[in-house]
Amino acid sequence: MNAYREITHNGLWKQNAVLGQMLGLCSLLAISNTAVNAISLGLATILVMGMASLIVSTLRGLIPYEIRIPVFILIIAALVTVVDMTMNAWLHELYLVLGIFIPLIVVNCIVLARVEAFAAKNPPGAAAFDGVMMGIGFVWVIGLLGAIREFVGQGTLFSGIDMVIPGLSAIQVLPEDYPGFLIAILPPGAFFVLGLMIAGRNWLDARANERARQRLLLAGQSSRA
Amino acid sequence: MSDPQDSPPLADTPPAPGEAPREPGAVKVSLRTATVLLLFTIVFTALMAYTHDATKPILDASAQAQKLKLIGEVLPPGLYDNDLLADTVMLPATPALGLEEPSPAYRARKGGEPVALVFEAGANDGYSGRIGLVLAVLADGRLRAVRVSQHKETPGLGDYIDPKKDKNKAQPWIDQFNGYGYDLALGGHWKVKKDGGRFDARAGATISARAVTNASGKALVWVAERRTALFDLPAGATLQEKAP
Repeated sequence: MNAYREITHNGLWKQNAVLGQMLGLCSLLAISNTAVNAISLGLATILVMGMASLIVSTLRGLIPYEIRIPVFILIIAALVTVVDMTMNAWLHELYLVLGIFIPLIVVNCIVLARVEAFAAKNPPGAAAFDGVMMGIGFVWVIGLLGAIREFVGQGTLFSGIDMVIPGLSAIQVLPEDYPGFLIAILPPGAFFVLGLMIAGRNWLDARANERARQRLLLAGQSSRA
Repeated sequence: MSDPQDSPPLADTPPAPGEAPREPGAVKVSLRTATVLLLFTIVFTALMAYTHDATKPILDASAQAQKLKLIGEVLPPGLYDNDLLADTVMLPATPALGLEEPSPAYRARKGGEPVALVFEAGANDGYSGRIGLVLAVLADGRLRAVRVSQHKETPGLGDYIDPKKDKNKAQPWIDQFNGYGYDLALGGHWKVKKDGGRFDARAGATISARAVTNASGKALVWVAERRTALFDLPAGATLQEKAP
């Protein structure tokens, strides 16, 4: 498997930040109450992860080993602050929606983990690609989690989309008089849904492993025959 | 999170056990490490400072535009004919308003007659941080409307205090206060129903609603009781509170 395909597979599935590594649960659980919130934060995370990985990888020859963690944190925090201020100035409408979530990206351990485990050891191109792929892996999980919680909790999908893209409106999936299911919106709901998603991933992986094993067995039998 | 990557490591990987300790000595290494960290700090702080300076004028302008929009939401421009932003008096820092520093009150008039006072107030007992409010109090002591100017309440839970985030677009939660007079607050009914008052709060997120309700009630009473004095002051003056 070539290097970039492996990075993609790692980011999206095998070492998926959330489902595989259980990282970044803090912001994941806080923001995933609607699909729009979740995806918006995810997109900002992709941006920060790609930039942080690129910068750390470029500067990796200058960073002494003993103080690498403080330097990584410094770089990530500075980037997040710059993204925060830039969005506030030039994407003000979107900032009003996401404003309080952006600083949360600093404490998202996915960013630090990828910088430490990958960007610090690989050339800039691969590092930036890895950051973006890990970010996309984060987005699809947090987006799906947000959509499930919003659907169960409020009976809608993409509520609040008008704040990101004016003119669009939420999709009312369940009947208008759906009373709502509050626990899905509350933090425990995030844990329940995330637990089910992790179980689902484990089930898919176990099934794939089982099939691979049976193929091997069959191959072994036919070669003996 | 351990990647099976065998690529070149970072600069200065510590010597493997058994290897001879590396020169130079500890002091020199510490000094060099500190210098590198300092340089990184300076460079990235400069980056942040530059971004801050570059975005500040835009941020100030959009904050001003935001304020005008908020004033328009609590008091439609058709209700007055004076230059609202020029006809102000300063309110002193007042705990009853949740104001930690002096803040302007805008006076709306039509044909010279007092119409309404628009001012800011705040609540510090929300779920998370300060809730900023903008209120319009009519000359007869009724609340025209109140809006949340800033808050950090839980997204999707307590943030319905801001009508933009409120699911009920036709009758936003915060509009239930419109038209009530300050006598309701004096009578002790300006509370959420859970506290024995008149106003609704949504299940699971009473704290945000209670903070907004109590703060707007207190602010309404404080300003309504002083509204004659506030309208009579010359523009630009500061309301002087006599010590009780």
